[in-house]
Amino acid sequence: MIDLFPLWNSLRIAAVSSVIVFFTGIFAAYKAARMPRLLKGILDVILTLPLVLPPTVCGWVLLRLFGNRRPVGQLLTQIGIRLVMNWPGGVAAAVVVAFPLMYRTARGAFESFDENLAWAGQTLGLSNTWIFWRIRMRACRQGILAGTVLAFARALGEYGATSMLIGYTPGRTATVSTTVYQLWRTNDESGALFWVAVNLAISAVVLLAVNLLEKRNRRQEWHLK
Amino acid sequence: MALEVNIVKRLGDFCLRTAFSCEKEFMGILGASGSGKSLTLKCIAGIEKPDRGRIVLDGKVLFDSEKKINLPPQQRRVGYLFQTCALFPGMTVRQNILCGLRREKDREIREKLADEMLGLLRIRDIAGQKPETLSGGQAQRTALGRILVNKPDLLMLDEPFSALDAHLRLKLQTELKNLLTGYGGGILMVTHDRDEAYRLCSRLGVMDRGQMLAVKETKALFADPETRAAAVLTGCKNIAGARRTGEREVFVPEWNIHLVTEKTVRDGLQAVGIRAHDFQPGIPENRFPVRIGQEMEEPFEWISEFRFADQDPGSPAVWWRYSRAARPETPPQALGVLPEKVLLLY
Repeated sequence: MIDLFPLWNSLRIAAVSSVIVFFTGIFAAYKAARMPRLLKGILDVILTLPLVLPPTVCGWVLLRLFGNRRPVGQLLTQIGIRLVMNWPGGVAAAVVVAFPLMYRTARGAFESFDENLAWAGQTLGLSNTWIFWRIRMRACRQGILAGTVLAFARALGEYGATSMLIGYTPGRTATVSTTVYQLWRTNDESGALFWVAVNLAISAVVLLAVNLLEKRNRRQEWHLK
Repeated sequence: MALEVNIVKRLGDFCLRTAFSCEKEFMGILGASGSGKSLTLKCIAGIEKPDRGRIVLDGKVLFDSEKKINLPPQQRRVGYLFQTCALFPGMTVRQNILCGLRREKDREIREKLADEMLGLLRIRDIAGQKPETLSGGQAQRTALGRILVNKPDLLMLDEPFSALDAHLRLKLQTELKNLLTGYGGGILMVTHDRDEAYRLCSRLGVMDRGQMLAVKETKALFADPETRAAAVLTGCKNIAGARRTGEREVFVPEWNIHLVTEKTVRDGLQAVGIRAHDFQPGIPENRFPVRIGQEMEEPFEWISEFRFADQDPGSPAVWWRYSRAARPETPPQALGVLPEKVLLLY
C-alpha cells in the first residue's frame, strides 16, 4: 500500500498558498493597475521576479529570512509558527513562486476593465466595496479564475524552494515533487512512476481547465462584437 | 439656481477652466471632441477632482477647494448616462434597474418601483435579458431607467446618441425628449452634434479648448454665435477673416468684398461667418457677382461651391445650399446676403 501522505501534503500546501496568493495577488494587481507608469514598471519587476528566478534562489532568500536564527524566523517561532522543516514552510515557498502568476493574470484582467462601469455604479450610490466584488470582480472573473488555477498548479508542482526550506521527511514534509526525487534517488522505479503519473494527471486537469476558461472568455468577447 | 459650476482642472497640457450655471432646464454643452466637455461632467459627478473651484447643486456644496469639501460620487445624487450605457454585465435588465434602487430599504417597494420603470420605458418584455443581447435603443432605455429610479437631482447625458446610426438617433432623440418631460430636475447634455443640441436643448453653452464661450438660449446662439469656434460648432460653413471699415460695414480680404451688417461692428472683430443657407440670388443687399463651381445634389437640397468675382485665388471656395425647389434654370451670376445674416465673430 502506497502512503498517500505526499499527495495530501501537496494539496494542503497548494490550497492554503492559493488562498493567500488569491487575495494578495488581486490586491497588488488592483493597486498596480491604477499606478503611474514608472511606479508600475518598478513594482512589476519586483513582483514578477520570482517567476524567472531559479526556485533555489527563492529558497535561499527564504532561508535567510525565516531561518531559525534569523530575526524574522525567531519572531515567528515566538508566536508559534515554525517554517523551516515544517509544512507551513512549504506554503511560504509556494506563495512566493505562485504569486507572480496570479498578480500578472489579474492585472491584465483589471486593466481591460471598463472603468465606466465602476463610475456608473458610484453615481448610482453603490458602495465601492459592492462595486469591487459585484461588478469589477464579476467582469474580470475569467482572468482571475485562470490566474488562480495557474497559481494553484504552480504551487502544487513547487520543488526547488520547497526542498530547501522544508526538506524531505516522510510523513511530515514530503510532497509529491520531493517524493518523486527521493524515490528516483533510491531506485524505487515503480514508486516514482506512480507519483509521476499522479503529477501528470493533476497538471493535465489544470491545463484543461485553463484552456476551457480561455475559450469561454473568447466566445464572450466574440459575442460583444 | 440649480447648478453652479466654477472649476479649474489641469491634465497635462490641457487646462479646463469653466464657469456656468444650469437651471431646472435642458441645457447643452456643444464642443468638439477633446474640448473638455466630458471632463466637466466627470468633475460634477465626482469622478474627477478639479484642482480648484466650487460646484453647488440646489444649495448643496458638492465641491469646494477652499473649504476642502469633495463629496464622493455616491453622495452627490447626480445621474450620469454614459455613451456606452455602462450596463453591468451578467445582470439582467431588471437587475440593472434594481441597482439604482439600493438606497430603498424595503424590498417590496424596490420591486414595485423597478416594475413601474420597466413599464414606463416599455422594456418589460426584455426585463430578463442580459445587456449583451440588447439593441442600442434598449440598452439606452435600461441605462436611463437605472438612473431615473435613483431619483437624481441632476441628470447628465454624455454624448448619448453618438454611437447610434442616423435613423435610430433621431428616433431615440424624440423618445428621450418625451421620457424626460416628466423629470423635474435639471438636465445637462454634452454633444458635438449641433442638430441634436438644437432639437433638445433650451439653452446652450459652447466649449472650446477647455473654455466655456457663450452660454445663450439655443436659438439666440445659432443666430449670433459671437466667436469663431461657436460659429464652426453651430455649423457655419463659410468663415473668413474680416476687419471693421464702418459702423455697419466690414471688409473681407479673402473674398475681396465689403459687407453691410445689421449689428454695429465693435472693435476687435476677427472674422465674419455666412451660413451656406443664407445666400440667395434674389436679395439685393450684399449682392456680389459670383462664379459657380462644383455642384452636388442631395435628396432634398443642392450644394454649390462658388467664388466671388475678385476672390483671393488661394482661399477656399464658398458654400451655398438651397432647396431643390429653389434651383434656378441657369446658375445665378450674383448672390446676396441679408445684413442680419452676416455673423460678426470676435
